[in-house]
Amino acid sequence: MSSIIEIVQLTHIYSPGTPFQVTSLDSISLDIKKGVFFAIIGSTGSGKSTLVRHFNGLLTPTAGKVRVCGIDTADKRQRRNLWRSVGLVFQQPEQQLFEETVFADVAFGPRNMGLTEAEVTERVHEALRLVGLDPLAASRMSPFHLSGGVRRKAAIAGVLALRPQILILDEPTAGLDPQGKRQLMEHVEEFRRREGATIILVTHDMEEVALMAERVAVLNRGRLVMEGSPREIFSRAAELTAIGLDLPAPARLMRQLRLLGKPVRTDVLTVAEAEEEIAVLLGETLC
Amino acid sequence: MLSGISLGQYIPGDSLLHRLDPRTKVIGVLAAAVSILAFANWQGFLLAALLTLTALLVSKLPPGIILGSLKSLWLLLVITFLLQAFLTPGTLLAVLGPLKISREGMFAAVEIVLRLALLILIAFLPTLTTPPIKLTAGLESIISPLRRLGVPAHELAMMMTLALRFIPTLLQEAEVVISAQRSRGAGFTTGSPARWARSLLPLFVPLFAGALRRANDLAVAMESRCYRGGANRTRMNALKFSAADYVVIGVTMAVLAGVIALRFV
Repeated sequence: MSSIIEIVQLTHIYSPGTPFQVTSLDSISLDIKKGVFFAIIGSTGSGKSTLVRHFNGLLTPTAGKVRVCGIDTADKRQRRNLWRSVGLVFQQPEQQLFEETVFADVAFGPRNMGLTEAEVTERVHEALRLVGLDPLAASRMSPFHLSGGVRRKAAIAGVLALRPQILILDEPTAGLDPQGKRQLMEHVEEFRRREGATIILVTHDMEEVALMAERVAVLNRGRLVMEGSPREIFSRAAELTAIGLDLPAPARLMRQLRLLGKPVRTDVLTVAEAEEEIAVLLGETLC
Repeated sequence: MLSGISLGQYIPGDSLLHRLDPRTKVIGVLAAAVSILAFANWQGFLLAALLTLTALLVSKLPPGIILGSLKSLWLLLVITFLLQAFLTPGTLLAVLGPLKISREGMFAAVEIVLRLALLILIAFLPTLTTPPIKLTAGLESIISPLRRLGVPAHELAMMMTLALRFIPTLLQEAEVVISAQRSRGAGFTTGSPARWARSLLPLFVPLFAGALRRANDLAVAMESRCYRGGANRTRMNALKFSAADYVVIGVTMAVLAGVIALRFV
C-alpha cells in the first residue's frame, strides 16, 4: 500500500520570535498508508491537534515537510484545494453549526465545492443517513434546537458530505454517552468501508484505539515516542503510564489477574478477547 | 492569522514600568497625553517627546512591538497628514492639480502627525506593561471616589475585567471556527461587499452563539459562588504605592506643568 500522508522532520513553532514562542511539534517523521485506520494518542498538550491541522494545510511546517495525497502543503496554491480531499472534524464540531437548518449546514461544504444542487442534495442525504439522521426531517430542524449528541452527528455529516479521501476526527466522541460513542465509531467505520477512506482518529479513549485502530502513533510533548500496531503499543504499559496514558480496560484487567498469579495472556485488547481468557480461566478452576 | 500577539496585549517583563502601580501608569499616561496635546512650541514638544521616549526605553519592550502599535494605525496618520497639508490655507508651496499645499499646511500636518504618533506610542504603554486584571483594579481604585455620586465603580471595573478576560478566549474561538469552516471550503475574503458580508455568517453565528453561552455559564458560576459586587470586598493583591511610583508621578506632573508653562513664555 502506498503512503497517503508523508511527514518528514516536521517541526512547528507557534509565535516564533516573540515572548510567547512555543515549540508544539518537534522533528516528527511519520508515514500513514492509504486506507488505514490510524489513531493518534497522547496526553493533553502533546501536540495532537497541531499535528492533524498540518494534514489539510491549515498549518504549515516551521521546518520539515508534509506531503498529503502527493501534495506538498507548503505549496500555497495546492494547499487551498486540500480541503476537498481531506475532511477535518474539529473538537466539539457542534459549536461550528451556523445555518438555519441541519440540511443547509451539511450542504455548506458540497456547495463550496461547486456541485449542482441535485448532487448536493444527494450527498447531504447520504451523509445524514450515514450518521443516523433522517434526511427529510433535517431540512426542517434548526441545529440550535437539538441535543448536543444530535448536533455533533449533524456537524460530522457536514464533513462526510465532502466525501474526503482522508477523514480526520479530533476527539469526536469526547462528551458523548457510551451508546453515542459506539454508534459514532460504527458510522466512521461504515464510511471507511464505503469510500475506502483513510481515517485518522485523535483520541483519549484507549478502548476506542484498541477496538478500531490498525496503527497507533503516540505523542508526548511534541515528539513522536512510539508508532506501531495497537498490540505493540499497549504491550509497553510502563512507558505509556509514564507519559500520562493508560491501557484499555480489558488489558488492565488481564494485568491485574496476572499479578494475582492467574495464567492469562496480557496482550489482550478488547472485551471479547478478555472474555475468552476469563472463560478459559473459569473453566480450569471450576473443573 | 489571529494567533500571536494582538494590538496592545500585555507583554510580560520585569522593567521598572512593569513593576509600577497600575494607578501610577494610568495617571502618568493621562498627564503625558495632556502634555502631548498641550504643547505649543518646540520646547514643549521636546519635553513631551523626551518623556515618551524615556518611558518607552524604561519599559524594555521589544522595538517591534512598540512600532507595531504605530504600524497598525498608519492609515490614520497618513489621512490626518494629507488633510492637514491640503486643507490649510496660507502661502502656497506647491500645486498638484486641484490640490494646493501651503506652508502653514505643511507645518500643521507635521505637527499633528507628531502629536498623534506620540499619543499612540504612550497610550499603549499601560496595557503593554500591565496584566489586564491589575489594570482594571487600578482603574477601579481611581474612579472609586465617584461612588458617592452614584457611579457603580466596582461594577464598571468588573465588566471591564470580564470583557478583557474574554478577548483572548474569543480570538481563540474565532480561530477554531475559521479553521473549521475553511476546512469545508469557506472563503472569508473574496467577492463583493454583500457576498463578503454573507461569507462572514459561518464565522459570526457560531461565535455569537458561543459568546452568549459563555456569558450565561459565567453568570451561573458567579451566582453559585454567591458573588456580590462592590461592598466590603477585599483584594488578594492590594495596590500599594512605592517610592518609584511617587517619583514617576512627580516627573510626569513636572513635564505637564513645564509644557503648560512654556505656552505662556
